[in-house]
Amino acid sequence: MNKMQIIFARELAGYFATPLAYVFIVIFLVMSGIFTFDMGAFYERGQADLMPFFNFHPWLYLFMIPAIAMSLWADERKTGTIELLMTLPVKLSDAVLGKFLAAWVLCGVALLLTFPIWITVNYLGDPDNGVIVAAYLGSWLMAGGFLSIGSCMSAMTRNSVIAFILTVAICFVFVACGTEIVLNAFAWAPQFLVDAIAALSFLTHFDSISKGVLDIRDILFFIVFIASWLFASAIVIEIKKAN
Amino acid sequence: MRPGFPCQDMWVVNMIEISQLTKKFDSFTAVDDLSFKVAEGEVLGFLGPNGAGKSTTMKVITGFLAPTQGSVTVDGHNIATDPIAVKSLIGYLPEGAPSYPDMTTLEFLDFIAEVRGFTGEEKQRRIQKVIDDVELGSVCHKTIDTLSKGFKRRVGLAQAIIHDPKVLILDEPTDGLDPNQKHHVRQLIRNLAKDKIVIISTHILEEVSAVCSRAIIIARGRILADGTPKELEARSAYYGAVSIRLTEDFDLRAALAADPDVREIEQADDSGRHFILLPVAGRHLFNKVSEKSQNGHWPVAEFHMVEGLLEDYFRHVTQDSALESAHMISTEQQG
Repeated sequence: MNKMQIIFARELAGYFATPLAYVFIVIFLVMSGIFTFDMGAFYERGQADLMPFFNFHPWLYLFMIPAIAMSLWADERKTGTIELLMTLPVKLSDAVLGKFLAAWVLCGVALLLTFPIWITVNYLGDPDNGVIVAAYLGSWLMAGGFLSIGSCMSAMTRNSVIAFILTVAICFVFVACGTEIVLNAFAWAPQFLVDAIAALSFLTHFDSISKGVLDIRDILFFIVFIASWLFASAIVIEIKKAN
Repeated sequence: MRPGFPCQDMWVVNMIEISQLTKKFDSFTAVDDLSFKVAEGEVLGFLGPNGAGKSTTMKVITGFLAPTQGSVTVDGHNIATDPIAVKSLIGYLPEGAPSYPDMTTLEFLDFIAEVRGFTGEEKQRRIQKVIDDVELGSVCHKTIDTLSKGFKRRVGLAQAIIHDPKVLILDEPTDGLDPNQKHHVRQLIRNLAKDKIVIISTHILEEVSAVCSRAIIIARGRILADGTPKELEARSAYYGAVSIRLTEDFDLRAALAADPDVREIEQADDSGRHFILLPVAGRHLFNKVSEKSQNGHWPVAEFHMVEGLLEDYFRHVTQDSALESAHMISTEQQG
């Protein structure tokens, strides 16, 4: 096993050694159920697709993902284990990536456990399962985007509550900048600026993937987005670890 | 083994070389132009008042902090250019012995062993060995946050020695341990020291005399003294002094007034019958005073030599340095 895998395994086991993983998964499932059936009017729409389920994911993630991400680095600083980790023969990039991937896999597990809803929709009708698979992938990529912001914010402070609030705030910007309200507010601006703002939003890219359009540009957006924020995390850790 | 180079009359392999190391935090200078070398087999005690720069120096050597200036080389590898190689050679117990609170002792040691590159049987063997060495058998399956301070410290020590490192750096290894545990940890350090470099920081001076072959006293990021504990003790005002206890009142001061070797007579307690005789630097008083007391029929109850006190010397040099710094601050304020 390489160093990154070892850190990944430790972090993932850490989530399941405490109630954190279970609480996260249960709340995630309950919330996504409420959003889908109650607010999303899954039955009333009378359509065999999972749009009401996926449409709420950005807003669900806005609060759920920062809750996992907040402790990624803040806790290491708080307990002093960052000094232990950074003096082991491990590259910083391995540590950043290992921790991120562990949290990302946890999100993936929570997402996979929503499978009854997929069974339900297949039982009730005849949905396009290709679209559903694409939407799951898009949702997971978006979760990664939220997490990477959280990783960086968590590296900034030793207080995980501050990390949580900062992450929610920044994630909100990246979600909201794709909504009609924000884009209409920029109606005065030249079109290229409006397009640029919309292009930065999770919503824009997630919407197109969740409609079953697997455009390489949307996937690349999330990958580049994640990589950039993880790179920023590494820089922040390097600068702040002493304080 | 790399070839060494001659140092005085023997061949010494310098494992750690620190040259002109400076570490600043904003405007505060924690380590100020520090240079020293440590050779294989040495147990170096790092002494200094709180905030002297001991921990910061250790953090730089272990690669946790990057130096502002200067360089650190461990076994020929520079920490700045080859951090992974240096970190592989070092076992480090950070101050406060941090470890992951949600893991059990066994899980934690397993994790460290894997990161250190051990797998399979070798890994199991090493984990078992440190558990035996540091006596962690009873807490293997307990999560670390439920352990007592002493056990946590031992878990920290176990992770530091699991790969049998060439260089062992321990930041206050016995802090918070009870006397038995302290004794045990010192024993362990002595056993480990044979073919390694051990650097320990402490403010317990008896520890230095007990385990270290060399001591460096630092304050305000600078080296104030460097030598074997015996050498440092010899610089104490108490070196060569004698303690004398009398059975009845007797004018010791008058009896010794004419002696040029006696620098000072200190009262050791309130009884007025127990004294410490301090010699003029470089003199020993034992034989002389012993002879005088017999010839003069002094009413002596107890008479013995005083060992040089490391503590006394430590106070002497670090307080001088504090005075100097107070002086510097006041002149800075004036200017």
